[in-house]
Order: sequence, then C-alpha cells, then structure tokens
Amino acid sequence: MEEPSTRHDGEVVITPYRDGPYLVRGPFALRDPDGEPIPVTRRTIALCRCGKSRTRPFCDGTHKLIDFRAPGVLEVWPPEVPG
Amino acid sequence: MRAAPSVTAPAPSATALGRRRASLPDPVGPLTEALFAALRDAPPGVSPGRRPAGAGNGGSLGRPEAGARYGANSGPLDPAAVATTDPLADLDLQLALYVAYELHYAGFDGVDEHWEWAPSLLAFRAALERPFEAAVVAIVSDAEPGETASVPESLQAIVAADDGPPLSRHLEIKGTREQMLEHVIHRSAYQLKEADPHSWAIPRLAPASKAALLEVQFDEYGGGRAERMHSVLFAKAMAGLGLDPTYGAYLHLLPAQTLANVNLLSGFGLHRRRRGALVGHLAAFEMTSSIPNRRYGNALRRLGFGKEVTDFYDEHVEADAVHETIAAWDLAGGLAREEPEVAADILFGARALLALEARWAAHLLASWEASESSLRDAPALA
Repeated sequence: MEEPSTRHDGEVVITPYRDGPYLVRGPFALRDPDGEPIPVTRRTIALCRCGKSRTRPFCDGTHKLIDFRAPGVLEVWPPEVPG
Repeated sequence: MRAAPSVTAPAPSATALGRRRASLPDPVGPLTEALFAALRDAPPGVSPGRRPAGAGNGGSLGRPEAGARYGANSGPLDPAAVATTDPLADLDLQLALYVAYELHYAGFDGVDEHWEWAPSLLAFRAALERPFEAAVVAIVSDAEPGETASVPESLQAIVAADDGPPLSRHLEIKGTREQMLEHVIHRSAYQLKEADPHSWAIPRLAPASKAALLEVQFDEYGGGRAERMHSVLFAKAMAGLGLDPTYGAYLHLLPAQTLANVNLLSGFGLHRRRRGALVGHLAAFEMTSSIPNRRYGNALRRLGFGKEVTDFYDEHVEADAVHETIAAWDLAGGLAREEPEVAADILFGARALLALEARWAAHLLASWEASESSLRDAPALA
C-alpha cells in the first residue's frame, strides 16, 4: 500500500495534516530569507499552518486552541456545486 | 499548613542522571507487606544461597536491615488475599502494582531478577490488575458506534471536549516553587522512563503504525543522542531544581492517583491485547502535551529558573506538536486501518488517560487549595 506521508527516501515530502500543521520529512534545509539556517533539532518538523504559533515557523500546538480547520488534501476552488 | 516532606537533595553527580536502580519503599498495607516480603526472598526455584548475577547486591542503596526484617518471614503470595474497595485511590494496591510492573523496567536493588517472570508474582499481579482495570472501565465511556469510522477525528474530538482541571494554567499563573517541585516529583514516576512503556507496542504493530510509532520514539529517545533523550532532559531539570534525579528516588512520596497514571500505561504496555489502548494513550498524551508544557516552562521562568530546568518543557512544546500529528493520524489512524478490531480500544486508551489524569490533577489542586502537600504524608521521612 502506498503511504505517501512516510515515503521520503532521498526526497523531501511535505504533508498538510487535517486541522493541523505541515509535516516536513526528508533531506530538507530550512533557511530564513537571507539564506541563514534556521536551527532544526529533529528529523521530522511541523511547520505552523494556522499562523498563530508562538514559535513560528514551527508549530506549537496552538491550532487546537483556535479551532483551526483545514483539509489534509487539495482544496478545490471554486467549490463544486452539488447537482 | 502541614509541612511537606523534605524533598530537595544536594546537586547530584553526572552518574546519578543515569542511575536506574531504586530501593523498595516501605510497605503501606497488607498487599505491599506481602509482596515486598516475598521480593526480598529468593524467588521460587532459585536457591537463596546461590544468588545469580543480576540479583542485586543491595549496594549503597540497599537496606539489609529491611531484608532481615521481612526476608525470613515471607509466606507465599496469595492472589485470593487481594481485596480493595476503591482501586483508583487505594495506595496499597497501586504501590504493589507499580512495584510488580517495575520489575519489567529497571528492577529494584536487592530483588532477584528472576522475580520478573515468577508465576506466583504474575498471578498476584493479575489479582491486582483485575479490580484496577474494572475501575477504569467503570469511569470511561464506551466508544460510540460512529466514532471508530475515523479514529484521528474522534481523538481530536475527545481531546477537545476534555474538561480536566486547569492544572497547567494554575501553575503558570500562580503556582509556587513548592507546588512546581511537587508537580515534578509526581511526574518523575513516568518521566524518568518517558517513552519506554509505549515502546512495548513496537513488536506488536503492523508496518504503517509501527513506522509511525518509531518516528515518534526516535525523537523521544533524543534522535540518537543520549543527552537529548527526554528522560535525560527531565533528570537534568530535576537536578536543576535541587531534586534527586535518581530513578525511583521519590517512589515513597507518591499518592495512589500518581501511581495509577503510570500503572494504567504499564498495564497497556505489558498486555499485547491492549495495544490499541496503548496507542490511543500515546496519541492523547501527545495531543495534550505541547500547550501545558509551554505553561510549565513559563511557570519555571517566572519562578526564576534557567534553561537547564526549562529545557525539558520547551523541548516538548515543539516536539509534541510534531508527535501529536503523527500519533493521531499515522499511528492511531494507521493502526485502525491495519487492525479495525482494536479501533474502539484506541479510543478507550485515550479516554482512560484523560480520566485518570483529571483525577490526579484534581487531587493536586485540592491539596494546594487546602494548603497541604499533594505528596503522601510520610512522617517517617520528614
């Protein structure tokens, strides 16, 4: 069975999780706009998607406090009208 | 105000951070009397005159006088003698169970390692587990039929609906130094072996959920660096607070509610049939971790403690934001896909964790509200 979110040999995989952050796995580099490295201390990181984290660009779990909602798949625009 | 037991210790040596052998505490009732007396003897079938390697030599932590007191008079462990009316608050039962489970972790000084799989010990432990498990079932609601359709979403809903006592908010805003130290002592019952009980799930899971669990655990164990292992970060925080980070050093101070939290987890971990509950416990634990840990870190900063103490808490804010996502969607969701028959037990494990944690938090806040210590009254140690 294909498991895209855990398949990251040699490539970077970014996964938006429903109502939660982006998880980044694989041989990624995280840099600020000046090209300076942003320190990363773990193999898999969670990037803030709700915008309210106090440790941006990383997620700190705040999305749960603000009832952040977002799909884990591609959002379709414009929304499909039934019928 | 009743004086809290003296809990601070001189700054420990580096070796104390890694020391993993505790002494048996004093018994607190008939169950621990019987169990500890047996444990100080040779296990059935092992000659007391020929103590094998690993039997524990007592060392500087051992108490030979206690061995002499109990060792000569122990009778057989009798499962039928286990009686309890309120297992969740029964200190004697919870301490006996904690010690029985601890034989699978680090063991005890002066306790022969053969006890871990001694049939008489396991039968006695089962008699302790049955009323405890029944009491947990009695306070945890069953999964609704629709809930198992999407386990990650149901976990989110369960955690969002949790209305446990505001322990982390209390400590962040107005917790005292003494209350924070007590909180750390309570948490040491688990945190000094953080992640270990959940690792028992590894050989029991199918590939997708197993890979997700390992992704979380690799981080819990410091990503391959012992000094970043979460249990080591906690030991460093304890040392920075002037507490003794030796494994099991405060076992004699922990009330039933604290021991029950860890016993719940050890029980899930040691019984393969509860692998769903074990995974649900981990998911809910991670999903309720990052925000309280930020508050605990803030509390410690407000009280004037530095990075060596706050590091454990600050690390968990970011780490558990990653872990909770993996644990809910890839681990719990993965397990529910691989083994749909355990989906309801995943939700049970999550609810059981929150239910026992709420009772524990209520005990701490009620004790402090009454200007009392939340630790056991231990006059012999004061």
